[in-house]
Amino acid sequence: MTQSLAIARETLLDHQGLTDNHLDQVMGRLLSRRVDAADIYFQYSRLESWVLEDGIIKEGSHSIEQGAGLRAISGEKTGFAYTDSLDVERLLSAANAARAIASAGEHGATPMIAGSQPPPLYAPINPLESLTEAEKLELMRRADETARASDPRVQQVIVSLVAAHDTVLVMDNNGQISGDVRPLVRMNVQVIVEQDGRREQGSAGGGAREDLGFFLHDERGNGYAREAVRQAVVNLDAVAAPAGMLPVVLGPGWPGVLLHEAVGHGLEGDFNRKGTSAFSGRIGETVASPLCTVVDDGTLEGRRGSLTIDDEGTPSGSNVLIENGVLKGYMQDKMNARLMGVEPTGNGRRESYAHLPMPRMTNTYMLAGQHEPEEIIASVNKGLYAVNFGGGQVDITSGKFVFSASEAYLIENGRITTPVKGATLIGNGPEVMARISMVGNDLALDSGVGTCGKEGQSVPVGVGQPTLKIDELTVGGTAAQ
Amino acid sequence: MTEEQQQIATLKASVEHLLDEARQQGADAAEAGVSAQTGLSVTVRLGETETIEHTSDNGLGITVYFGNRKGSANTTDLRPEAIRESVAAACRIARYTSEDPAAGLADADRMAQEIPDLDLNHPWDISADAAADIARACEEAARTADPRISNSEGATLYTQRSSFVYGNTHGFVGGYPTSRHSLSCAVIGQQGDDMQRDYWYDSNRLPDQLAAPEEIGRRAAERTIARLGGRKLGTRSCPVLFRADVAPSLLRSLFSAIRGHAVYRKSTFLLDQVGEQIFPDWVTASEDPLKLRGQASAPFDNEGVATRFRELIGRGVLQGYLLDSYAARKLGLQSTASAGGVRNASIGSSGQSQAELLQQMDTGLIVTELMGQGTNLVTGDYSRGAAGFWVEGGEIQYPVEEITVAGNLRDMFRNLVAVGTDNDVPGSIDTGSWLIDSMTVAGG
Repeated sequence: MTQSLAIARETLLDHQGLTDNHLDQVMGRLLSRRVDAADIYFQYSRLESWVLEDGIIKEGSHSIEQGAGLRAISGEKTGFAYTDSLDVERLLSAANAARAIASAGEHGATPMIAGSQPPPLYAPINPLESLTEAEKLELMRRADETARASDPRVQQVIVSLVAAHDTVLVMDNNGQISGDVRPLVRMNVQVIVEQDGRREQGSAGGGAREDLGFFLHDERGNGYAREAVRQAVVNLDAVAAPAGMLPVVLGPGWPGVLLHEAVGHGLEGDFNRKGTSAFSGRIGETVASPLCTVVDDGTLEGRRGSLTIDDEGTPSGSNVLIENGVLKGYMQDKMNARLMGVEPTGNGRRESYAHLPMPRMTNTYMLAGQHEPEEIIASVNKGLYAVNFGGGQVDITSGKFVFSASEAYLIENGRITTPVKGATLIGNGPEVMARISMVGNDLALDSGVGTCGKEGQSVPVGVGQPTLKIDELTVGGTAAQ
Repeated sequence: MTEEQQQIATLKASVEHLLDEARQQGADAAEAGVSAQTGLSVTVRLGETETIEHTSDNGLGITVYFGNRKGSANTTDLRPEAIRESVAAACRIARYTSEDPAAGLADADRMAQEIPDLDLNHPWDISADAAADIARACEEAARTADPRISNSEGATLYTQRSSFVYGNTHGFVGGYPTSRHSLSCAVIGQQGDDMQRDYWYDSNRLPDQLAAPEEIGRRAAERTIARLGGRKLGTRSCPVLFRADVAPSLLRSLFSAIRGHAVYRKSTFLLDQVGEQIFPDWVTASEDPLKLRGQASAPFDNEGVATRFRELIGRGVLQGYLLDSYAARKLGLQSTASAGGVRNASIGSSGQSQAELLQQMDTGLIVTELMGQGTNLVTGDYSRGAAGFWVEGGEIQYPVEEITVAGNLRDMFRNLVAVGTDNDVPGSIDTGSWLIDSMTVAGG
């Protein structure tokens, strides 16, 4: 038994007075109807957050989230109920509600086994206790001072620090029991700068499945402060963005949100099983330029989007989605994998015990190509170079996606010139992927800031890419060309 | 006592207990909120029941003040040990936060003195089977409305009942039960290679006031079919009509820009604009938190402050900010009972029907969908992904997609041409379509 599983059992069973016998009893109740699959998901999480504003530590908050979600699946039908109280009576009553989806009959219970778990991708630590309160506040104050010291035009600095400690235990109808202890930390610095009555903002941050010491290494916290100020100051000089079709070069790292929106969501198994995605039924077809190889990889050590096991107990994987432009596979949870006759890929995720799992991304990125980033910029006569983004959105059925630049520049005669005000980029996923004509050798992952929303559920994710060029993309600015 | 009254009494006792616990741990002041919510969500897809979800959410939040230092905690685990841990965590945090003269409870003399019954609680005791029948009828109406409807994401009936109590150490404690029901449907249409999805829904405090399932289904299908065959549009400047179903997002941007927190942080393009003309002089906008059966109604705000009808824009002039007690103190003003946001907002129409608005626009863009986060509230810069219809001679010509609309919110508000009488959209924001004189549209 791995240390994570041992901790999860102790936290979620022993401390609640639950025994293996109780678990068998609850699973037996779920399986007392004709179900194809069932699981029980236990969760215990603690989260602490702090906010610095106006130079003072303004707020701190502590959250407890605890409960169990019970699911019974029969064919394409799912019954689901949850309880925030982990006593056996409440679990049995939730099991009664969840199993009602299935018709009468007996599935037959299987004895519990501890599944073989992959080696953990992060230590089973509690990041809330990894620094003293005084050290946490000092980290935030230093970021505030760094931001204010780096430019006299800084008017406002907001620093936030969040540490989460999430322990989960999942038992499925084969009796397999898996556990995970997931640390997650996040720090962010937001600034407002002012010059001659014009105000602009900048924001930077990062995070990982580590302890809070992560922000002290390499002065990361102070680095976010300097980066936020740099972005805000750049925007003080920004002019109206162009409007129309232009060549667009995206910088490395966080602009990988392009992949998340343009192809990622469209390759989630649920949409493809139902045939509602622009990528449905297209495995083996060319869906991107041959320069593109895109993977979803939950196995990167310590990354924000990584998971040792997903929320159904499946070890996360490194899954090739698109290889040299050809669609290779979808991201799957157990239910959609079973209904599509493929293997689960370790992408079954849920926001909490109170939400149903579904196929979700982990860390989604494009592999590096051949070109020097400078060559890519130099190849553009007149275009846009976008390096930072607010966020994006996609309509998976039509394939249309948008993402909004928070830092972008004009490219004129092969050189990066004037900064432009946040332009929105819009395109059709498969069409835009086909227009990628150059891929850089500078693959980078984002700094650990991504959160993905789907059907009202938020989960932490990562994105990444090398510098890349899209021959033509609609840029939504206000300036006539 | 009814079941609801019983539950409210139980929650009130929890709040009193929390406040006592906070005082015992040394807090000078404290406030707490406790809620309990149960619901049923049933989705039918392609005629078959797909999911039955029983929801049950309990939550408790407490904020303690030691002088002007503040700490907060919340939990979904309501056992005594988790409650003790939460109060202790809030008190521990308050030892480390800074002295902040603006922190504290809302002023005692602003607490709601009586709590009017706003008729918000009409629970629906419906079985999962009966809920599935309604969702099935809704989806069926959508799927049979047109042969081009080729697939479905299903129809969902959701019903919930909640009880909520808030109290603080001024001695205020108040709470009430509410209900909410909704029915939604999303279908997919196909024409050649073109595949489009759209949806419709209704939501109400009263189950018998929900639109008929067939009507919701038909409208979902109509909206989907109308999108098929969308074209791109060449880049241009033109008038833009934000249809009534997307216009609320413009009002939400206004509300975000006049939030007290954005004002004291100077992170809004509407800084120092109270008393200034920000819309044409025919524009009025208000909030009505005490509206009977309203979707966002509340007799007191999240700090116990009594709510009331309030004009936000009068003759085009910004009447005030949206202030909770913290932002009010930062700005030297009084709370406007806005902790928790604007409740039941509406903007007065300039009198035209949608057809009249199209005649007035003559040639331009109707926006029916907005995508992405391209709203910068610090500068007012606005650039969003969009889809809709192209209009010439006051008549819809064809659907358009994969375009952006861009401008600056300051100009969009100032140059608002008309607000229609065509509001037929559920939700807590009451507005017709907005006609804006000119924006930049980018496309192919």
